[in-house]
Amino acid sequence: MMYRVLCVMVVLLLLVGCRKPEEIVPEQIIQIEEPMSEEELVATEYLGFYLLNEGNMGSNKSTLDYMDLTTGKYHRNIFAERNPHVARELGDVGNDIGIYGSKLYAVINCSHFVEVMDAMTATHIGVVSIPNCRYLCFHGGYAYITSYAGPVQIDPNARPGYVAKVDTATLQVVDTCVVGYQPDEIVRVGNKLYVANSGGYRGATMENENSEQASQRYDHTVSVIDIATFKEIKRIDVAINLHRLEVDADSAFIYVSSRGDYYDIPSRTIIIDPHVDQCVGEVLSKDGGPLACTNMTRHGDSIYLYSTEWSWYGERNTITYGIINTQEQRLVSRMFITDGSETSIEVPYGLAVHPENGSIYVTDAKNYVTPGKLHKYSPDGKHLWEITTGDIPAHFVFLKKRGK
Amino acid sequence: MNTKPIKLATAALLLALRAVAQPDTVSVMREVDIEEVRVARSRIQKEVIPVQLLEGQQLKRLSVHSVADAVRYFSGVQIKDYGGIGGLKTVNVRSLGSHHVGVFYDGIELGNAQNGVVDLGRFSLDNMEAVSMYNGQKSAIFQPAKDYASASALYLQARTPRFDEGKRSRLSVGMTVGSFDTYNPSLLWEQRIGQRVSNSVSAELMRTSGRYKFTYAKKDGYDTTAIRQNGDVLSMRAEAGLFGQMRRGEWRAKFYTYNSERGYPGASVREEPGKFKHQDRQWDNSMFVQATLRQQLGAAISMQVNAKYAYDYLHYVSDPRLDVTTMHVDNTYRQQETYLSVVGLFAPVDWWSASLAADYQYNVLDSDMANFVFPLRHSVLTAAATAFDFNRVKLQASLLHTYTHDIIRRQGAEAADDNSRFTPSVIASWRPFWSTDLNLRAFYKRVFRLPTFNDLYYTFIGNIRLKPEYTTQYNIGATYANTWKSSVLRRIELQLDAYYNQVEDKIIAMPTSNQFRWTMLNLGYVEIRGIDAAVQSGWHFGPVDMDLRLSYTFQRAADNTDPQSQWYGGQIPYIPWHSGSVIAAFNWGNWAMNYSFIYTGERYEAVANIPENYSQPWYTHDLSLSYSNLHLVGVDWRITLEANNILNQQYEVVQCYPMPGINFKLKLSATI
Repeated sequence: MMYRVLCVMVVLLLLVGCRKPEEIVPEQIIQIEEPMSEEELVATEYLGFYLLNEGNMGSNKSTLDYMDLTTGKYHRNIFAERNPHVARELGDVGNDIGIYGSKLYAVINCSHFVEVMDAMTATHIGVVSIPNCRYLCFHGGYAYITSYAGPVQIDPNARPGYVAKVDTATLQVVDTCVVGYQPDEIVRVGNKLYVANSGGYRGATMENENSEQASQRYDHTVSVIDIATFKEIKRIDVAINLHRLEVDADSAFIYVSSRGDYYDIPSRTIIIDPHVDQCVGEVLSKDGGPLACTNMTRHGDSIYLYSTEWSWYGERNTITYGIINTQEQRLVSRMFITDGSETSIEVPYGLAVHPENGSIYVTDAKNYVTPGKLHKYSPDGKHLWEITTGDIPAHFVFLKKRGK
Repeated sequence: MNTKPIKLATAALLLALRAVAQPDTVSVMREVDIEEVRVARSRIQKEVIPVQLLEGQQLKRLSVHSVADAVRYFSGVQIKDYGGIGGLKTVNVRSLGSHHVGVFYDGIELGNAQNGVVDLGRFSLDNMEAVSMYNGQKSAIFQPAKDYASASALYLQARTPRFDEGKRSRLSVGMTVGSFDTYNPSLLWEQRIGQRVSNSVSAELMRTSGRYKFTYAKKDGYDTTAIRQNGDVLSMRAEAGLFGQMRRGEWRAKFYTYNSERGYPGASVREEPGKFKHQDRQWDNSMFVQATLRQQLGAAISMQVNAKYAYDYLHYVSDPRLDVTTMHVDNTYRQQETYLSVVGLFAPVDWWSASLAADYQYNVLDSDMANFVFPLRHSVLTAAATAFDFNRVKLQASLLHTYTHDIIRRQGAEAADDNSRFTPSVIASWRPFWSTDLNLRAFYKRVFRLPTFNDLYYTFIGNIRLKPEYTTQYNIGATYANTWKSSVLRRIELQLDAYYNQVEDKIIAMPTSNQFRWTMLNLGYVEIRGIDAAVQSGWHFGPVDMDLRLSYTFQRAADNTDPQSQWYGGQIPYIPWHSGSVIAAFNWGNWAMNYSFIYTGERYEAVANIPENYSQPWYTHDLSLSYSNLHLVGVDWRITLEANNILNQQYEVVQCYPMPGINFKLKLSATI
C-alpha cells in the first residue's frame, strides 16, 4: 500500500517538478516622435540620450533607457537584453551617468561600482569598484567619482567621503582624495574639482540632541581639489546639506544647491566664484526669500531648475520651477513649462535640456515604486509627448556622434 | 491487522484536540468534565466564521520550524518571508495587509506598538499545540475586546501539560540538526502539583549560520550562484506555565522570554562577487508574563480576567568599520506594554447569551534615535456582543469601541489626535437540513488598525495626521462534513467561502522631495475579491491511515487608489491570483510519513503589472519520515528525518531575498 502511494507521489512530483527558466526581460521599442530628416541628421551633433532609472533601493531594479533622436524611437530597458551574461543586470540604484570618449559610465550606488559600457551599444566593458559611489565628472583622461565610504575614523559618525580618480583607459582607481561628509555632485572648473559635501548620514542618524544642533551636524562645505596634485586645497563654507553643482557657460561662477535640514532650515541656491573660491552671492526667489532647488541643469545662459518641498499643510510636495539667468545671476522666470501641463507631474526628478535645440526633458518619479514618465517640452515650454520609463527615471546623458 | 498503533494515534489526536479548545461558552463551562466536550470538535470546524486549524500530530509532522511555515498551508494566507531561519516572516490574510492580523499567544494578543506586525519566524513550533486562523474574529463572545479588534486573528496555543495514566511528570528532550549548520536542542518538563495544578517548563536553543546557496539564472543568459552571508541566528526561548483547575473555573499563568542575536543578510542585489558583506546585526530581548482566569459565578454568569506585561528591547547596529559600504547606525528601542481585560458573560437561557468586555492597554516606546519623540499610548477597548443559537440558525453581533490617547514626552513635539470609534460585526449561520451536515454562513465586519508609533512618530518619516486604516469584509460560505464507518474514505470536511474586502485610507510610505525623505500617508484604496476553499479528509487503506488536506485560494486584489494612474486596478504586490497547498500524512504502525506541497502562482512585485515586475510561480515539496514509540532503556524515542524543497527550486517570496534550496533535518526526541 505504502509503495503504491509512493509511486503516485513520485509521478505527481515529476508532473509539477519542472518550471520554465526565467526569461530576460526584453528591450521595448516605441516610436514616439518623427525620425530626423536627412538634413537634420547631417546638421546635428547628437544622436540621442541615455536615461538612467534609479530603481528603489534594495530592489536591484536600476535600468537604462535610450532615446534615439535620429529614429524617434524610445528604447526602454536596454541593458538586460544587450548584456545577457552580466549577472543580475544593471544593479541597485543608478545614481549618475556620464559619457567620456567612447565609454558610457553608470554609477550604481548600492551595487558599489561604476558600470562601464560602450557608449554606442551600451554593452558591458567592465566595472570600477567604488563602495557607496554617488556622482562623477571627467577630465584629462580620468573619471572623478565621489563616494560616501571614506576611511573610517575612531568615531564612526565622523567618517568623511572621498573622490576616486579613475584612469579611463585601464578602469583602475589610481588615487583617492578625502573630502567632506557624504560628498554628492562634483564638477570641474579650470584645474580644480569642486565637491558638494552633504553630511546627510550625520544629519539623519546622530544621537538625540535638540534641533539646532541637529542642523549643525550636516556638512556645509564645498571641497576644492587641485587636479594636478589631487589634494584638497580648500573647504568653502556654503550652507548645510549641499547637493547639486552647476557651472555657468563661461566657467565664471558655480551654482550650489543646499537641501536644508527638512525642518526649519530651507533649501537655498548659492553662488561660488571659483577664482577666489568663495561664496559671492545667493539666488533669491521672487519674494526675496531663499530659492529652493532640488535639481538644476544649464543650457546657454539659463539654469533650469525645479524644487520639491514637502508641506505638512497640504500634505503634498510644493513643486516650483524656475530659470536662473547666469549673466544676471537672478531668477528670471518661475516657469519653463508654459502651457500649464506641469500639474500632471507628481514628483519632478530628472531634468535635461537638449544642448542644440533647447528641447526640455523632465521626468516624473511618481511614487518611486512604479515606472515613471519622461515628458518632452518644446524650447518654449509646450508639452510635446510623454512616455513610460523605468522606476525613478533620473539621470540623463546626451550621446554625440563618434569623433565629435 | 494490528490496530493498536492506530488506536494510539487516535488517542494522541484526541488528546491534542481536547487541550487546544478554550471553553468559549457557558454550555461548555457547565460541564463538569470540560475535556469530554472538547473532544467532539472536528478540525475544519462547523464554525460560524471561517477558521482553519493545524494541531497535534498534524502540526508535529509538518517539516517546518516556525509558526510562519505552518500558516502557509492555510487558504487565503500569504506569508512575506525574507528567507532563512532568521528572516522576517509576517502573515497577510486575504490581502488586507499584515497590520490587520492579530496574533494571540495562549489567548492574549502579542503586541508591537512600534511597527504593528509580529515576526512569526520567531515562534517555534517546538512547544506549539495548535495554530488556528480566523477570518474576521473568533465566533465566540466570551472573549476580550481585543479579540474583536483585528480583521483576522491567528491563535497560537502552546502545549498544556498532560500525563500518561498513573504518571505525575513527563520529561521530553529533543535535538534537531539540519542544513545551514542548524542546531536546535529543546526540553519540555511537565509536572502535576497536587490534584488540580500542574506546571510546565519548555526551553529551546537554536543556532544557524544561515549560509545557504542560491542561484539566479536567466534563459540564454547568466547563471550565478552565491552563498547567503550574515544570516546567522542564535536564539533562546524559555517559557514556564502554571495551569490550575477550580470548581467551575480554571486559571493559567505564563512567563515567556525570547532572546536572540542575528545578522541581516540584506537584499541580494548585483555586486562584485565576494567584495562586500553585510555586517549589520540585531539583538532582541523580549519577555512577557500573562495570566488568565475563567470562572463561572452563578447559573447564568461567567467572568474572565486577562492580564499581561510585556517588555521588548531591540538593538540594531550597522558599523562602517566592518562593512565599508554602510552608514553608521547604532540604535536601541525599548517597548513596554501593560494590558488588563475583564469579560463578563450573561447566558440566562440556552439560546441567548450576551457579553461585555473592557480592555485597557498602555504602550510606551523609548529610543536613542535622533529627534525621537518618546510616544506613549493609552487604549481603552470596550466590546458588547450577543449570540443567538436556535439550533439550525446561529446569529452573533458585536460592537467594539476603541479609544486611544497618545502622549509625547519630547518638548515641542505634537502628539496625534485622540481616537474614539465604533466598529461592528455581524455573523450568521444556517443549517438547512437536519439530516445533512451542511452549514451556510455569512459575516460582515468593519474594523480599523491604528497608525503605529513608527507611522506617526518615526524621525523624518512619521506623520501625526494619519487616520486609522479601515477594512470592511463581506463573506459568504458553506461547510459540509460527513463520516463513514467502513469505507476507504472515513471522514470529509469541506469549506468554501467567497469574499469581498475593502481597505480604505491605507497607510503607505510615500516619497517627498527625495530618496532620503519619505512620509506616511493615508493614500491607498484596495478592493479584494477572493475565494478560499479547503478540504480535510481521513482515509483508511488497510493498515495505512491517511489524512489529506487541500487548500486553494483565488484572489483578485486591485489597487484602486488613483483612477488617474496608469497602473490603476493593478494586482497589489506579492498577491498571487492562485495559490494552494496539499498535506498528506500517512500512518503505518509506528511509522509516519508526511508530504506537503505549497504552490504560489504568478504575481507581480509592484502594482505596475509589467514584465519587469513579474514573478514566476514557485512551489516546494517537503517530505518527512518518522518512527515513534521506540522503547529503549526505559525511554520512549522518536526519530524524524525531513527533506525540504526536495526539487531544489530557486525562488524568492520577496524580491531580492532568495529562499533556501533543498535542505535536511534530523530530529531525535526522547520522552520519559
